[in-house]
Amino acid sequence: MANLKDTEKKTKSQAMGMHTEVLTGRTQQKFFNPDEAENFYYFGTYDVDFNKRTDLDVKDMTAADANKKIDSLMSEGYGTIVIKNPQGKHSLGVGILNKLNLIFEGSLGYFGMGSCDGPIVRINGRVGWSCAENLMAGKVVIEKNAGSCFGAAIRGGDLICKGSVGARTGIDMKGGTIIIGGDAGAFTGFMMQRGRIIILGDVGINLGDSMYDGTIFVGGEIGSYGSDAVDAELTKSDQDWLKRKLKVAEIGENFDVSKMKKIVAGKKLWNYDNLEPTEKKGAI
Amino acid sequence: MCGIAGLIHRGKSSKVGHELQGMLQALKHRGEDSTGYALYGDTEGKNFIMRVKVGENVGEGSSSIAEDVSVYDERKKNVESYLSELGAKIVKEERVLPYSLRYEVEYNKKDLLEFSQKIESIPGVEILSMGKSLEVIKDLGNAKMVCDRYNLDKVVGTHAIGHARMATESGVDIKSAHPFWGYPFSDVSVVHNGQLTNYWNNRRALESKGMRFMSECDSELIAVYIAEKMRDGASLEEGMKESLTGLDGVFTYFVATKDSLGMAKDTMAAKPLVLYESDDLVAMGSEEIAIRSILPQEIDTYDPFDGEVKVWQI
Repeated sequence: MANLKDTEKKTKSQAMGMHTEVLTGRTQQKFFNPDEAENFYYFGTYDVDFNKRTDLDVKDMTAADANKKIDSLMSEGYGTIVIKNPQGKHSLGVGILNKLNLIFEGSLGYFGMGSCDGPIVRINGRVGWSCAENLMAGKVVIEKNAGSCFGAAIRGGDLICKGSVGARTGIDMKGGTIIIGGDAGAFTGFMMQRGRIIILGDVGINLGDSMYDGTIFVGGEIGSYGSDAVDAELTKSDQDWLKRKLKVAEIGENFDVSKMKKIVAGKKLWNYDNLEPTEKKGAI
Repeated sequence: MCGIAGLIHRGKSSKVGHELQGMLQALKHRGEDSTGYALYGDTEGKNFIMRVKVGENVGEGSSSIAEDVSVYDERKKNVESYLSELGAKIVKEERVLPYSLRYEVEYNKKDLLEFSQKIESIPGVEILSMGKSLEVIKDLGNAKMVCDRYNLDKVVGTHAIGHARMATESGVDIKSAHPFWGYPFSDVSVVHNGQLTNYWNNRRALESKGMRFMSECDSELIAVYIAEKMRDGASLEEGMKESLTGLDGVFTYFVATKDSLGMAKDTMAAKPLVLYESDDLVAMGSEEIAIRSILPQEIDTYDPFDGEVKVWQI
């Protein structure tokens, strides 16, 4: 951790020129330090071989048992796992903090793939509410439709739904990218703080309501704008990024991104005060 | 949190009692204080089927006060006496449980308001449903318990809606359980998942127009609201569309009539619903697992959007 009092003492990452700013004041920031190897591993993660593949039929298993079994298979080095007969069960695939190719041959219920960090997931079906909530990294592709609160509070990674999604997609998201091939419901991007949402189809009412930051791109019609969501200019750089992203996502590769609308936060609702309470007293 | 489920077969009949039991049992984690079924028989009979309760189930966590069975007997006697006074001829009667009665009656008047008011003027008596194809069966416990208790597994029909209830704003009793009959309309029933925040305003307005409420469960308002719109000449779909602005709160609800089934979702889409549609079957539920209980194979399902109203015919 950077030494806040002694700015002369540099960490190895600073010495390598990876960042140059000098910390002053109250900001605390943890910089990347290659010497701290333990920071790069989660407890309980495994080295897996993507070429080592197995099937897992969860028809008669509870979600908890299915998730334990996935963990057990990863511990045996399986890097590609195909889940058979998920049949709309809730909470499948949650909490995977590992590199993994995970394929679901069917649909998931609520909370599928929640709190994951790293896996590449393909769901050959539909997902219920709150799919991939809190996703940190990785990629989750849904071949059919998705329920409400799709990608709630994600921090990173790519979340792709080739069909349509319900209400409150990307609510409270703090990073990452959500890509929707079809339509999206009301309150898409509600209170989003960072990250990007791409919707190729139409979107419902109150788009981007109370969004703090982040960007929403819409290809179709917008039901209505939410509080403080405003149009912004779609730049060449935006279009290049959209094309790249849609290609990587295997979705809408030939979509005419030049006609997309770009929505950002107007930042009129911001009422943040950067001063600490003690500093406020000083100002008064 | 409650769970709702419904299905409609188009162009054929099926064992809807068994199918709905499976769907509601799959949702029992959403609430099992009470479970209710609105089952629609496959043919419109000549006679009315009237489901009546003359008391409450006082077991299984009930919030009701125990009464002696003799009280139920007295109420039953009064119901039958009033039926006679109304000119309704009892063709068949069945006492399923001490507090639960089923009558098949020959009654030739179309207006059921006078009929219903007369029967329900007996203290402690409530008509759960009245119709030529509809039967509402509701009681405390989960879907399987209620299905077994009332022998619903073999009921054949075209469509059905049901409700697994977690009691929140009103008691654990049959009067607050869903489905609600669309009093006083023959063959209309409603189930609801959500909360209505302008319940009392609407209730007072509807009561002043002569509509009746039997419980303090906010969901009953939907049945009464739709019934009042239909009384004024609106179609089912028109009434449901008006409800999107007339009712405040968060809701997903189903309404069924003798030949149709409809769903409505509030404008914030705050309550869940998953739909499956094919040429011969429409199935819907609060969660996908409800649909999977009758269609385990891979199928295409979707969430209706905010403010969406849909109606299907048999």
